[in-house]
Amino acid sequence: MANVNQLEAILPENTLKTRVPQEPVPRAVKPAPSRYRNEIAKYIVHRSPDCDLCGKCVEFCAYGVHARQPGFKYFGEPKHHLCIGPNCEKTDRYCVAHCPRGALQIQENPMFKVLGDFRWTADLILATWRMAESGDVPPEAYDFNYECGNSGGGFDRLRFKFPKQPPVKVRADEIDTSIVLNKRGDDRPKIKIDVPWYGGGMSFGSVSNVTQLSKARAAVAFNTFTCTGEGGYMERMRPYDDHVITQVATGLFGVREETIQRVPIIEFKYAQGAKPGLGGHLLGDKNTPAVARMREAVLGISLFSPFPFHSVYSIEDHAKHIEWVKHINRRALIATKVSTPTDVDMVAVGSYSAGTHIVHIDGGYGGTGAAPDIAKKNIAMPIEYAIGKVHNFLLAEGVRDKVTLIASGGIRTAHDIAKAIALGADGAVVGTSELVALGCVRCSRCESGRGCPRGIATTDIELSAKMDVEWGTQRLINLYSAWQKILIGILQRLGLRSISELRGRADLMMHLDYTNDAPA
Amino acid sequence: MPDKYHIKTRPVPPLGPRIGKHGVVDWREDCARCHNCVKKACVYDRYRQEAEYIRNLNVIEALYFDCMGCFSCVQDCTKGILCLTINPEYEKLGNRYWKPDIIKTTWLQAETAKIPVSGAGYRGPFSGQGFDAMWTDMSEIVRPTRDGIHGREYISTSVDIGRKPPFLALNGRKSTAALPPLVTIPMPLIVDLSSPAHTLPKLDPIIEQTAADTGIIAIMDSRYRPIQTEHLENIAFFLGPDSPAVPDELLKKTRLVEIADSPAVLKRINALKIIQPQIVVAVRVDLTAAGVNRAIELGALPEVEVIHLVADANGNELTTQTPRFLKDLIRQIHTALVEKGIRDEITLIAGGGIALPEHMAKAIICGADLVTINLPLLVALECHLCEQCRPGTPCPARLEKIDFNYGVGRMTNLIAAWHDQLIELMGAMGMREVRRLRGDVGRAMFFENLEEETFGKLYGKRKPA
Repeated sequence: MANVNQLEAILPENTLKTRVPQEPVPRAVKPAPSRYRNEIAKYIVHRSPDCDLCGKCVEFCAYGVHARQPGFKYFGEPKHHLCIGPNCEKTDRYCVAHCPRGALQIQENPMFKVLGDFRWTADLILATWRMAESGDVPPEAYDFNYECGNSGGGFDRLRFKFPKQPPVKVRADEIDTSIVLNKRGDDRPKIKIDVPWYGGGMSFGSVSNVTQLSKARAAVAFNTFTCTGEGGYMERMRPYDDHVITQVATGLFGVREETIQRVPIIEFKYAQGAKPGLGGHLLGDKNTPAVARMREAVLGISLFSPFPFHSVYSIEDHAKHIEWVKHINRRALIATKVSTPTDVDMVAVGSYSAGTHIVHIDGGYGGTGAAPDIAKKNIAMPIEYAIGKVHNFLLAEGVRDKVTLIASGGIRTAHDIAKAIALGADGAVVGTSELVALGCVRCSRCESGRGCPRGIATTDIELSAKMDVEWGTQRLINLYSAWQKILIGILQRLGLRSISELRGRADLMMHLDYTNDAPA
Repeated sequence: MPDKYHIKTRPVPPLGPRIGKHGVVDWREDCARCHNCVKKACVYDRYRQEAEYIRNLNVIEALYFDCMGCFSCVQDCTKGILCLTINPEYEKLGNRYWKPDIIKTTWLQAETAKIPVSGAGYRGPFSGQGFDAMWTDMSEIVRPTRDGIHGREYISTSVDIGRKPPFLALNGRKSTAALPPLVTIPMPLIVDLSSPAHTLPKLDPIIEQTAADTGIIAIMDSRYRPIQTEHLENIAFFLGPDSPAVPDELLKKTRLVEIADSPAVLKRINALKIIQPQIVVAVRVDLTAAGVNRAIELGALPEVEVIHLVADANGNELTTQTPRFLKDLIRQIHTALVEKGIRDEITLIAGGGIALPEHMAKAIICGADLVTINLPLLVALECHLCEQCRPGTPCPARLEKIDFNYGVGRMTNLIAAWHDQLIELMGAMGMREVRRLRGDVGRAMFFENLEEETFGKLYGKRKPA
């Protein structure tokens, strides 16, 4: 039998041994322009050969669309993406009206309708890019709808009922957007994050190491979290351990005691919203040498995370899992990620009773590295339905204030986060929006071959090199910053002092498809 | 345990030009000839393949549209002269119900036999009409059957067609009464008659071979004669009111036959049973305004074994001003038969508007035992559903010239892909038997119910659409 000293050395209290010095990342907004030569624009400015180079357009344009380098005679290509389009006509700075030769013309970019889809409209993608560039809300003149998409249901039909005047005047700097992740009142740390969201699990394999690191660094800057997903824990992420959630999922890829001991939160992933009940699937093409090494798997074969945990067939089994991890890491909180079946409320309560701190429900329209199309569209309910169902059930069971409810799967904007909270969540997990901030166009080609042509969701060395960590971090910091401003704006208009006051306040919203006359 | 149902597939590339969703328009003027797009920007190497593809194609009007829509070349072009566009040919595919993305995904499955997989989240509308207004459930933590598609656990998709006795009367170990005949097929799908607008005799032997290869059944016109007698097990002749009779020796070798509904339906069933006592007779009921009641009425007749409910090609009720959708009609008929306590005795087959594999699963959840399809098999042959199948009008898919093996391969691939996707949905639900999925609306979530439970309570009444 080992002596006491030897036992102490492997006991969980010793987990601090696995720590490396943590690296701070400043929460500073800096411009992070697009990494592409040509930006996709909503409007196109045509300059005909009639132009006599008088330069009046440069003088009038308030947005810097027309540019001529000092000392140059000819204009460069107009910066189409800066043009606000026909909205400018109402102002006295409309270049088309002021051009003495009538040489300018503005038209909607035909490419605009190719970009985006029902859930992520072109407007939403461009607005997210704009926020990631500037760290601010897109100027009103651009008329971007950055609040919601055009899916015709759920968040896209919910609106806040802002009073003409806020009932209470609250200064922006008085508003608290933080949430507490441990409400159980146990002996584990009361971790608080500064914004009501954290980054979703994306494994190394589904995304590049640059993407993972950028997400982790942005999480440090905003005192929130990112999640490793199920694909191992890169050594390069260790300077950010304090802001990392590591995932224990069914394939147990890259899960080791030491990775569990490094982090403040461990997430059990039972299912993923985009492919509930089906488990994970990394196609062979993306299983590169680095991925195979990290996952301790054979190079080039498809890697399945079977559904579900074959050691968990009941809440009692789940409790056993939680106990196991709690023992290995005595300072960690436990998050349980489940998808949204019809009995999601029962699952949530069961998970709470098993000892979880965070119940994370992932709706049917969530993002994914690869999922069957039939699953993404058809299996499990959209998150908008699940939030209220779980929130109300937790209330009825009298445990709502003992557990943190986090929603994900189709949360694209700051408004979506606010709506999810008003429906009853404490906070949200975001994933796709982060990728869009990094330049994703949602072409859906993350799954096969070399992976993402934009260099985000790929493990191909050449493609990953299209983006660097500094730039990626800054884009995410900028997006987070803009979102925080939007959230503060929403709370200010509603006269609320903190984001937690918004929780469960569905009465502050209306639904465009309903009569909105239900008795309170 | 029976042998695992497996459909043998092989890749069958398209004969015609691929019609992709996106295309890159190169304005040419002002091109710097830097070849950024060719050498660097396109990670799929499409620019290089384009010339090769067009060179090898034997049709002159071919345009190469296999762009993946990633915008990389557009955004990296030195002169900014590239523009991504939606291919107008793509937008012309299909119609309002059979949307271009349905046609495209069917083509892909017919070519590869694989389940369509993509990255990023769902891109479509929140919900929609018909089958798009419901979601299938899944099982969290308990009851997994994911392994079905990886061979570790068997998910049965076989169904029995015919009348089942409400109970067994046993004398010792033997049944006291003769059990009615049953036809068992390995997946809940049969091929329906071609619609008159899309009838092409050349396709019949291809359908016959596909049905035989996949073990399912194809409903054929009574005039059709099989290419191989052994395939009669996979053929169900349709006997319309004016159809010529099928020779008795052929009928005796079939397992299933379908007759049109008529006042003399029982007489006709009896006549067929005299020729072939082991044959199962399905009655085809058009889902007109009177169709629902007629189906319920037929279901109560002990002589009727199978009812085949047929909506129009878009899943709508026939001959009414405000048609209801197939899913609601199935639910109504199924529920009425359940209330009468006779649902388990009768087989319901539903057809019309089944365009995607999820429709098959959803129709079964709503109460059908199995479904019929015809148009998806036509689309598998690269049909555009342009509705111009007339002599003298050129068919964009050149259906009159297709090769037998190509046709069988494409149709078989599609059926295999549908089967795999049915297993995906059942695996997620934790179901091991498609027979148990029938009418199990508890394993589905309906838009109107979820809306009422979630938003109805909060925001009053839903406004009419």
